[in-house]
Amino acid sequence: MRNSLALQIGPVAFRVGSVWRAPIEALAGLYAGYPAPEDGICDFTVRLEPEKPWRRWLRPSVAIQGDYILPDAAPLPLGMGLLAAEMGMNLQMALGQKRYLLLHAASVEKDGRALILTGESGAGKSTFAALLGERGWRLMGDEFALLDLETGMLRAFPRAVSLKNGAIALMEREVIPTRFGPRLDGTPKGSIRHMRPDAAAIARMGEGARPALLLFPRFGAAEAVRPVGQAEIFMRLTQASTNYVALGAAGFDALTRLVSTIPSAAVDYPDTDTAIGLVDELWRQAA
Amino acid sequence: MRNAGLLVQALRDPASLADPDWSGLIAAARAEQLLGSLAVRLEGMKLPAKIATILEAARRDSAHARTQALWEAEMARRALVPTGIPVILLKGTAFHAAGLDAHQGRSVGDLDILVPRERIEEAEAALIAAGWERIKSAEGYDDLYYRQWMHELPPLIHRDRDRMIDVHHTILPLTARPTPDAAALIADSVVLDGGLRVLLPADMIVHAAAHLLADGDLAGGLRNLWDIDRLLREFAADPGFWPTLVERARRHQLGNAVGRALRLASRLYGTPVDHAVAGRARWSDRLFAARLLARNGWGQERRKALRFAFYIRSHWLRMPPLMLARHLWTKARA
Repeated sequence: MRNSLALQIGPVAFRVGSVWRAPIEALAGLYAGYPAPEDGICDFTVRLEPEKPWRRWLRPSVAIQGDYILPDAAPLPLGMGLLAAEMGMNLQMALGQKRYLLLHAASVEKDGRALILTGESGAGKSTFAALLGERGWRLMGDEFALLDLETGMLRAFPRAVSLKNGAIALMEREVIPTRFGPRLDGTPKGSIRHMRPDAAAIARMGEGARPALLLFPRFGAAEAVRPVGQAEIFMRLTQASTNYVALGAAGFDALTRLVSTIPSAAVDYPDTDTAIGLVDELWRQAA
Repeated sequence: MRNAGLLVQALRDPASLADPDWSGLIAAARAEQLLGSLAVRLEGMKLPAKIATILEAARRDSAHARTQALWEAEMARRALVPTGIPVILLKGTAFHAAGLDAHQGRSVGDLDILVPRERIEEAEAALIAAGWERIKSAEGYDDLYYRQWMHELPPLIHRDRDRMIDVHHTILPLTARPTPDAAALIADSVVLDGGLRVLLPADMIVHAAAHLLADGDLAGGLRNLWDIDRLLREFAADPGFWPTLVERARRHQLGNAVGRALRLASRLYGTPVDHAVAGRARWSDRLFAARLLARNGWGQERRKALRFAFYIRSHWLRMPPLMLARHLWTKARA
C-alpha cells in the first residue's frame, strides 16, 4: 500500500497500510523508538481503506480492514485514523492470535515476576497499570496479557496505553508531553489519548515474566480486599479472554495452570494512591 | 506481490520459494483461507523463525478446527439417527471424516450435509428438535426463495454451539441449467465407520467443480481448487477413477464444469489430470485463472471489473433472465 509501517510489539509484528499518509505518520510518531520486525516479517496485516471509493477524498472515512475483520464495524473519520490503526491491531490479536492465551488484562513486572490486573471495561486497570509503569514497575501491557501456552510465562505486549476521559489529565501530570499522541475527542468511547510506555518498557519488550499475582481492581468503591475462589477466577478469565474458546484444550490447560498456581484477590479502591498502597501490600504478601 | 501467484507457487512447489515476500504470502493465504494448507505444505522446511512460529500456530488451529468439525458432524448424526435418514457429509467435513489427504490443514466453516429431498422437512424438524434454529424469518421472501428454488434449506444455527448447518437435497440450485442426479449421489454414497456417509470419489470431484464453477462468483476459489488438486492426486491412484469421473460428470450434466476445473487445477497447481477428461484448453480459462489470482500481498482483492463480471455470471448461471429480474425487483423493494 502507498503508506505503511511495520512495528514489533513484544513477540508480535504488525504492518499497517493506508491509502492516506496522516494515520501512518501519527502511528510512527506515537511508536517512535519501537524496533522493526525481525527479517521484516509480520504476523498480522491491518489496512486502513476508504469505506467507499469516493470516501478517500470526500468526507474521508476509514474502514478497518486486515487479516481479520468485524463485518459490521463502523468506519471512523480520517481524523481518528490513529484510533482506527489501534483498533485494527487489537482486532488482529482478538480474532487471529492463536499462539498465546489472550487475557483482556493489564500487566506489570518487577524482579521477573508479573502482576496481572483484570476486570470489566472501565474498572480502571489501564490507568492503574500506566501509573504503576511510572512508579518503579515495568509496564508489560495495558490491553492484552499474553500467556504462553507451552511455558505458562507471560509475554510483554507494550502497546501505546489508551487513556480515556478522566485518565488523560491524570497521566498528563505524570508524564512528559512527547510521549503522548494527539488527543481525540468525540470517539465512540469518549475522549482518547494514547501514551507511549517509558523507554525501559520498550527496550525490554522481549523479556517475559512468571505470573505471580492476579488482581481484580475496581475503581470507585470503598477500600476493600476480598478473596476470590479458583472456580470464579477461572470463569471470569474465560470471559476476559478473546481466544479461550478458539484455542480449545490448549487454552483450558494454560488457564487451569495459571489459576491454580497464583494468588489472587478482588481489590476495591476509592482513589489511585489507596490502590498503589494496596498493591504494594498484596505484592509483599505474595512474595 | 501483485496477485496470488506466490501463494499458488508456495502450495504447488514449496521448495521453489527463494526469499519470498513472507508477510504478503501469509496475508494472501489468510485471505484465501489457505493458511492451514500452507502450514502443512511447508512443514519440516528450513524457514525464518517467525514464519515457523506463525505456521505452527496455524497447524494447531487446524487441529482444533478438525476436532470441532467432526464433533459437529457427530451431533448431526445423533440428531438424525432416530429418523433413519441417511446423512451424507459434503465438502470439508467429508474430507476430515473420510481421512482424505484434502483434510490436511483444511478449514471448515459450516457443516454441509445431503439428504433425500422427500425427507428434507423431516430432517429439518429433527435438527430443530435437537437445538438448531432458523436464522431467516420463516415467512420472509428469503425463506420462500430457499425452499422453492435452492438446493438447500435456509441455514440453521445451533443455539449452544453457534455453528451453522446447511442441509442440501442436491448440489446445484434448481434454477441452474444442469440438473445433477441427486438420487444417484445418495444411492452410490460410501458409508464410513459410525454410520455417516460421504459421496463417491468421482462425485466429490463433480460436486467440488460444480461448487467452484457452476454456482458462485469464484470468490475464495483458490481454496476450492486446492481441494480439487488434493482429491485428484489421491483418487487418481485408482485406475478406474478417470472413466468413472467421465461417466458421473455426464450423468450429473456437469461435464463442462469438471473439464474446466481439471484444466484450472493443472494450470495453477500442476495437478496431474487425464487430458481426455479435461478437454482442450480454452481461451476463457485464462480469465478464470486471472479471477482466481485476483488478490495482492496486502490481502486485498484486485481486478474489480473482472470480479464484477464473474459476479454477474454467477447470477446468470443461477437464474433465467426473467426470474432474475423478478428476484432483483423483490430484493430492491424489501
